[in-house]
Amino acid sequence: MTDKATEMSAGDQAVGRSRRLRTAFAALGMLPVLILLAAGFQFMNPRFLTETNLLIVTQQSSINIVLAAGMTFVILTGGIDLSVGAILAASAMVAVMVSLVPEWGMLGVPAAILVGLGFGVINGLLVAYIKLPPFIVTLGSLTAVRGVARLLGQDTTVFNSDLPFDFIGNGSLFGIPWLVIIALSVVVLSWLVLKRTVLGTWIYAVGGNAEAARLTGIKVPLVLLFVYGVSGLLAGLGGAMSAARLYAANGLQLGQSYELDAIAAVILGGTSFVGGVGSIWGTLIGGLIIAVLSNGLILAGVSDIWQYIIKGLVIIVAVALDRYRLQAGART
Amino acid sequence: MTAAARIETVSQPVLEMRHISKTFGPIRALQDVSLTAHAGELHALMGENGAGKSTLMKVLSGAYRPDPGGDILIDGAPVATGDPIKARANGIAVIYQELSLAPNLTVAQNIFLGNEPRRFGIVDRDQCNRRAKEIIARLGVSFSARALVSSLSLGERQMVEIARALSTSARIIVMDEPTTSLTSRETDRLFEVIATLKSQGIAIIYISHRMEEVYQLADRVSVLRDSGYVGTLDRADLNASRLVSMMVGRDLSAFYKKDHRPPDSKRAIALSVQGMSDGNLLKDCSFDLHKGEVLALAGLVGSGRTELARLIFGADKHTSGTLELDGKPIAIGSPREALDAGIAYLTEDRKELGLFLDMSISDNISMGVLARDARAGGLRDFATAERRAAKAVSDLSIRTRSVQANAGSLSGGNQQKVLLARLLETEPRVLVLDEPTRGVDVGAKSEIYRLIDDLAKKGIAILMISSELPEVIGVADRVLVMRDGTIAGEVTSSEGQPLSQEAIMELATGAAKR
Repeated sequence: MTDKATEMSAGDQAVGRSRRLRTAFAALGMLPVLILLAAGFQFMNPRFLTETNLLIVTQQSSINIVLAAGMTFVILTGGIDLSVGAILAASAMVAVMVSLVPEWGMLGVPAAILVGLGFGVINGLLVAYIKLPPFIVTLGSLTAVRGVARLLGQDTTVFNSDLPFDFIGNGSLFGIPWLVIIALSVVVLSWLVLKRTVLGTWIYAVGGNAEAARLTGIKVPLVLLFVYGVSGLLAGLGGAMSAARLYAANGLQLGQSYELDAIAAVILGGTSFVGGVGSIWGTLIGGLIIAVLSNGLILAGVSDIWQYIIKGLVIIVAVALDRYRLQAGART
Repeated sequence: MTAAARIETVSQPVLEMRHISKTFGPIRALQDVSLTAHAGELHALMGENGAGKSTLMKVLSGAYRPDPGGDILIDGAPVATGDPIKARANGIAVIYQELSLAPNLTVAQNIFLGNEPRRFGIVDRDQCNRRAKEIIARLGVSFSARALVSSLSLGERQMVEIARALSTSARIIVMDEPTTSLTSRETDRLFEVIATLKSQGIAIIYISHRMEEVYQLADRVSVLRDSGYVGTLDRADLNASRLVSMMVGRDLSAFYKKDHRPPDSKRAIALSVQGMSDGNLLKDCSFDLHKGEVLALAGLVGSGRTELARLIFGADKHTSGTLELDGKPIAIGSPREALDAGIAYLTEDRKELGLFLDMSISDNISMGVLARDARAGGLRDFATAERRAAKAVSDLSIRTRSVQANAGSLSGGNQQKVLLARLLETEPRVLVLDEPTRGVDVGAKSEIYRLIDDLAKKGIAILMISSELPEVIGVADRVLVMRDGTIAGEVTSSEGQPLSQEAIMELATGAAKR
């Protein structure tokens, strides 16, 4: 009996220690991983940590970070939005096509954002009011919106070499690319909404316990409509950014599998896949990790094929970390 | 039949459970309970919610291992305990309230699930169907062995469960509240099957809360109370009031300090519920709740108490019925509307339906009034939230190091207080409390009782659901008893007398009708 008791308390101590470790780990998030990766790539290729290259990295990550910010809202409610890549393509098509209309050129940006918002709201209505599973709804719109994107340009690439808002994609303000400024603004605004507004608290509540949220008087469907709307809107913004960068859009190729990078960034950032736990800063770091990986692997001379394999493994490891983190938060 | 059973009581019992105790950490779930069953006998097991019936049956089925000193004997020989597979091999089968069938498989496939007759290592479908047919014929029921279980009614599915028990040559079948979800025709059918099983020499242990069923079926009745064995009555000695006093059997009115406020018809009606039905379990429930009154809603598990509370709160949709708040009719279609009208509801399941365990205590407490507190532009007012939380922590003596700690870090009693604090922040006029002290330690319990008393004194109308009779007696001014989805009756106290536990139990079990 006494043996058992001492054995138990020793076990308890070990459990307590590992739990503290895990909690500390969860609080720090993935920032150490980002720093380690950067240091590693710098070691392999000293060109990595140069101003030019870092600008390229941040620029490359900006569109994904904008998509991932929207995805953070959705995943915080326990949902998923698979349609952001397709919405980005459709919005980019609209942006370029509107820019071709004389005198209306600048309206390409708001038009793209509105188109994205429209698709997002449709997703939201289906999830919130028809109560269909988010995975199914957005899997459907992933395909359907891709079709719409191709339809918009009769399945061709649309160009505008004289794009009125091309500064967004290629210009800078005080040496910082507009793409980066937009992405950071989106992150800061998202943080404001999630952490400083009533709606933000409701989003965490719905993701943490939807039924309890309903019984507390929170209008759960409105919250869901909002998050899918935001995800669509930011995908639309991503479309405008993408069009501005390329002076062109193609309904078939643009934004292919962008949703996967966005989801990966959110999960890498420590947002729980079941909802209720996570932060936008984590998503920012997650997005940077993905960009650093791509860029660093290229600089290190790793072949395209191996880049895929390594990126895939990183995502799986991230989900494993998510599990580990959830266990740290588990209560009895 | 009775004579036959009586003769067999002198013969060797097929099942003997001796001195079974079971503890879970500090909690004693069973204390020295013994039970016997003879071939061809139906032994009913009765007792309040939480008396230990289900634990005893889980020991029998091997789901739990009894504490050392307890034995299970089959045909007089001790058998291994705590092993479900061996228990089944020994002829013990349990049919649970929640059926465990695979709906997309056929009746025959379900009967032999995990135990399929094989030929050359492959499931022998013909033999499977043939043997299933034989067993179904033995039960005298009319569905096909090839029918999909999803096409069967609940009563028929139960027959499939029984058939499954017979397929493993069960000699002792435990039925846990088998009629709960059956129609009266299905219930009659089940009773016929039970008679058939008895005539085939199978011993049945039958858990039920319903007095009339026990009268109709039982050869003997054993009563458990507070995890202990109270006694056994032979069919000839069955007597409703005796059974009820065996089930209740204690005097705890001194436990709870409380001045009973005798019902006062002059006191204004806060909430009037008329003809509430949900098109399913609840039928035509009506009652009045007065200002400053604690009205308990008693009844057994499954009698429809929580369902009724959820209808009043708008958490579920009602099919008929009206609500009046302070004399004015109101329509409530959602919890939001109920809260706006001044009705708050404390859920019985705080982890699944109540708290946001990953959010701070402060956020949890303010969650219902965030929009009301918000500053311009929908921005959070953290100062107010903090103030509310600090006040609630001191008013309700919630023990925590910080209001920013996660709600999940609190003990059960403190979690319950956080949930209560959230309700109180909405300034309700009517408070519906569903099992307010479930899973709460003794200290927090008495604090919650005092809080309920204080709130009632302030004029808040309180409807309290409780499965603990002593709590009902100790806290409530008046008691409504539910049975089978309707309000079976009301128990009030006369001048200075405590509420009668026996009267409540009689209404809850239906003994009063006899």
